[in-house]
Amino acid sequence: MREYFDTELLNLNNQLIGMGTLVEKAIRNAVKIIVSNDQELLEKSREQEELINSAEKKIQNHCLRLLLHQAPVANDLRSISAALKMITDLERIGDQAIDIVEMSQYIKNRNNVISVTHIDEMANQASKMVTLSIDAFVKKDFELAKSVSKSDDIIDGLFDRVKVETVEIIERDKALSEEAIDLMLIAKYLERIGDHAVNIAEWVAFSITGSREL
Amino acid sequence: MDKFIIDNMNLYYGSFHALKNVNLNMPKNKITAFIGPSGCGKSTLLKSLNRMNDLVEGCKITGDIKLDGTDIYSDMDVNVLRKKVGMVFQKANPFPMSVYDNIAFGPRTHGIKKKSELDRIVEESLRDAAIWDELKDRLKKSALGLSGGQQQRLCIARALAVKPEVLLMDEATSALDPISTGKIEELCLKLKDDYTIIMVTHNMQQALRISDNTAFFLLGEMVEYNSTDAVFSSPKDKRTEEYITGRFG
Repeated sequence: MREYFDTELLNLNNQLIGMGTLVEKAIRNAVKIIVSNDQELLEKSREQEELINSAEKKIQNHCLRLLLHQAPVANDLRSISAALKMITDLERIGDQAIDIVEMSQYIKNRNNVISVTHIDEMANQASKMVTLSIDAFVKKDFELAKSVSKSDDIIDGLFDRVKVETVEIIERDKALSEEAIDLMLIAKYLERIGDHAVNIAEWVAFSITGSREL
Repeated sequence: MDKFIIDNMNLYYGSFHALKNVNLNMPKNKITAFIGPSGCGKSTLLKSLNRMNDLVEGCKITGDIKLDGTDIYSDMDVNVLRKKVGMVFQKANPFPMSVYDNIAFGPRTHGIKKKSELDRIVEESLRDAAIWDELKDRLKKSALGLSGGQQQRLCIARALAVKPEVLLMDEATSALDPISTGKIEELCLKLKDDYTIIMVTHNMQQALRISDNTAFFLLGEMVEYNSTDAVFSSPKDKRTEEYITGRFG
C-alpha cells in the first residue's frame, strides 16, 4: 500500500541526511578555520554554503510536491511539515557557519585570542548538537531529540565563559579589543547555532508526537 | 451540548454482530463525520439514528440512543423522530414530480395545505440549500431533469422543508463532480448554525475540510473519536493511523 509515497518519504529522509551532513561539515570547517586559518578550506566553505542553499530549495520543492500530490495526514503530514521547518534552521546554520568563517578572517593574533578561550570547545559542541538532531530525525528517536535540548545548556555555559574570557583579553591588552569583539561575535553565532539545533530537535519531537514539547 | 448520545449500543443482523458496544456523544450545531472501510458499520450506525434499520429483517439493537435526552427506540414515535432527523443519501432520489412538489411533499404530509405557506417553505428551503437562484424559474419543471448536483441539493432542500434538527448524510457527495461537491460542503458549513449534521464519507479530505469531530470505525467497533484535527494530525490508535494514511490492509 502506498509504495510510491513510502519511497518518496524515504528519499526525503535521505535528502535531509545529506543536507545535515553538509551543515555538520560546514561547522567543522568553520572550527578548523578559526584555529588554523586554512585558506584552502575557506574557499571550500564558500562552495559548501551554495550546496546547502540548493539542498534547501530542492527539499522544499520535494515537500511541497508531496503535500500537493499525496495530501498527507497524521504521521506523514507531521514528517513533511517538520522537514519543511527543519531545512530553514539547517540553512540558517549554514549561513552562520560561513559568517563565522568570514569573521575569523579579521582575527590576526590567533595565538593571543583564540587559544586562550573556549571557542573551539563551543564550536565542537554546536557541531555535535546538529549531528544529534539530524540523527534523532532519521531514527525517529525522541530521547535523542531531548538530549539536544539538554546540550543547549552546555553551549550556553560555554558562551558565558567565552564572554568572561573576552573581557579578560581586553583588560590584558587593549590592542586586542577589536579582535576580542570579533571573537565574541563568533561565540554568539555558535550559540545561535545551538538554538537552531534545538529548534530542529523540537520539530523532530513534533514529527514523532505531534507536539514540539521536549 | 450533545444532540445525540449513544450509550453501549450493539446492533445485530441476525447472528452477525454489526456494531459492537458503541459509545458516542455528538454535539449540537457541529458536523460529525463517520469514516472507515466498507463494511465497518458506519452507515449502519447512521441509519440507526433515524431508525431506518427498523425495516431490516432480523435487525436487533441493544443499548440506548438518545436525541436531546429522549430514547429514540423506546420513548419516541418514529414519525416524530424522522421529522426531527432528516436524511440525504448517496444517490440523489428526487420524486418523479416537479421541483415545487418535491419540496412541498413533506410539509403537505405534515398537514400544511395553505398555498402561501407552502410557497414560503419551498422558497426558504431552496434558499437554505443554496439552489433557489438556479431553480426559481423552474419550480414547475420535473426534478428529474436537473443535474446530479442540483438533484442532490434539491434532496437537501426537501429534507430541510420539514424543519428537522439533525441532518444525516450518507456519502451525499460521492457521486458528484468537484464543483457540486464544493457547493454542498459550503452548504453544510452554513447549515450547521441551525442544524446538527452527521455524515458518512469515504473522502478523507472532505471529513477534514468540513467536520468538527471524526469517528473512525473498523469491523463494527468505534476505534477512535476525537476532534477532526486531532484524528487527522495525531491519531491515538495505530489502526486509525494506518487507515487515514492509506496503509490499511
